[in-house]
Amino acid sequence: MKDFQYVTPKTLREALSCLSSHGEKSRILAGGTDLLVQMRSKRHQPEYVIDVKQIPELSELSFGNRKGLVIGASVPCFRLYSDANVAERYPGIVDSASIIGGIQIQGRATLGGNLCNSSPSADSTPALIAYSAVCNIVGPNGKRVVSVEEFCLSPGKNALQSGEILVSIQIPPNKKNQGGHYQRFIPRNEMDIAVVGVGSWVELANRGKEFKKVRIALGAVGPTPIFAEKSSDILIGKAVNDEAAISTVALTAREEASPISDMRGPAEFRTHLVGVLVKRTLTGAVDRAKGKFVANAVQEETA
Amino acid sequence: MSKIQVQTTINGDPSEFLCEARQSLLEVLRDVVGFTGTKEGCNDGNCGACSVLLDGVLVNSCLVLGVEAEGKEITTIEGLASPEGLHPAQQKFLEHAALQCGICTPGFLVATKALLDQNPDPTEHEVRHWLAGNLCRCTGYDKIVRAVLDTAQDMRQS
Repeated sequence: MKDFQYVTPKTLREALSCLSSHGEKSRILAGGTDLLVQMRSKRHQPEYVIDVKQIPELSELSFGNRKGLVIGASVPCFRLYSDANVAERYPGIVDSASIIGGIQIQGRATLGGNLCNSSPSADSTPALIAYSAVCNIVGPNGKRVVSVEEFCLSPGKNALQSGEILVSIQIPPNKKNQGGHYQRFIPRNEMDIAVVGVGSWVELANRGKEFKKVRIALGAVGPTPIFAEKSSDILIGKAVNDEAAISTVALTAREEASPISDMRGPAEFRTHLVGVLVKRTLTGAVDRAKGKFVANAVQEETA
Repeated sequence: MSKIQVQTTINGDPSEFLCEARQSLLEVLRDVVGFTGTKEGCNDGNCGACSVLLDGVLVNSCLVLGVEAEGKEITTIEGLASPEGLHPAQQKFLEHAALQCGICTPGFLVATKALLDQNPDPTEHEVRHWLAGNLCRCTGYDKIVRAVLDTAQDMRQS
């Protein structure tokens, strides 16, 4: 790895001034589980590495009844599933945070980094989109907010402009009749990159009998994670046990996906998986919205 | 480029070293400080051979910069045994023959310590999930999983 200048700003202001003076010659370091690998393989050879882990706003992990969940951009995955509020209120986020790499990776890797790396197969991004998360960004011109579904633009490219930094990801406060679920397909049990990942989130009405709001997001089936808006809207007002409607959603989601064929799977297989995982994650989300236990990859099924 | 002075605690002892920004914690531990028990496998975060604890958190030392360890407590495989004897996991790995070539073993042992520190009674599923980031090309994992479950049982009884 080429040597570089290591910088540790303690405040957002300092970080922004580092970014404005070094610009394209710098890279931001949070968990480092993508960046250090990319620097070793010479994909990035920054002259300045800006370690943002000492900036308080980026290490914040907090929940409030009004603001919802704030996940600082440098908060590692393990802090998410160790946090009682996240585990109880946002289980779909825990689903994804607990399958990104192995435990060693989860000790460092961050959802902020997963988002900024902007890989189409990022596990946490469909879960964040399903939960209506937004990105809090600061830059030379002040603050702005971008929805997670609008953040990724193409593989490796995102909405951050020169001099801007992702400060945190924010998810609206949860309500009792809401639930989310994320699942991916991989040919192994763990430690793999999603062939397809799907996040679903629902809000139920009429004592848990019908869908009030639905958000479905697809990963690894397009150049960016996709918010499947058309599919999501179909279920509004439908009964949770309306299997015909759920099948229509699965078919529509297959159409909203635009997968390629690569070493992880042919496009036809990925399209098939979208249908399967949409149904499974919708079922998981509905069950969680009703207060039922739905196991994630770490927990054993206790049915 | 010039070297940077880093102050840490390694296995309970204050430790100060000089390193370049580009050096990983793994390189620093092995080549600068001389703790060669931590192994280099893939050097890109896939194999877990270089596992250490950083402020009690299990990490791959190949994916941490030496300079990021400033002010942190590091536990390496050398910190597991005490003058009184081996860590229970080390003893059980021997009894169960949970190693063959041994390159992955320090990583597995550090990962096992991290698991049992926070979950003294893991299920087999939890053990397998926790150790998924540690690769072993010799044993087929089964003996390792048995050794970890047996360690947990012994540690709960003592």
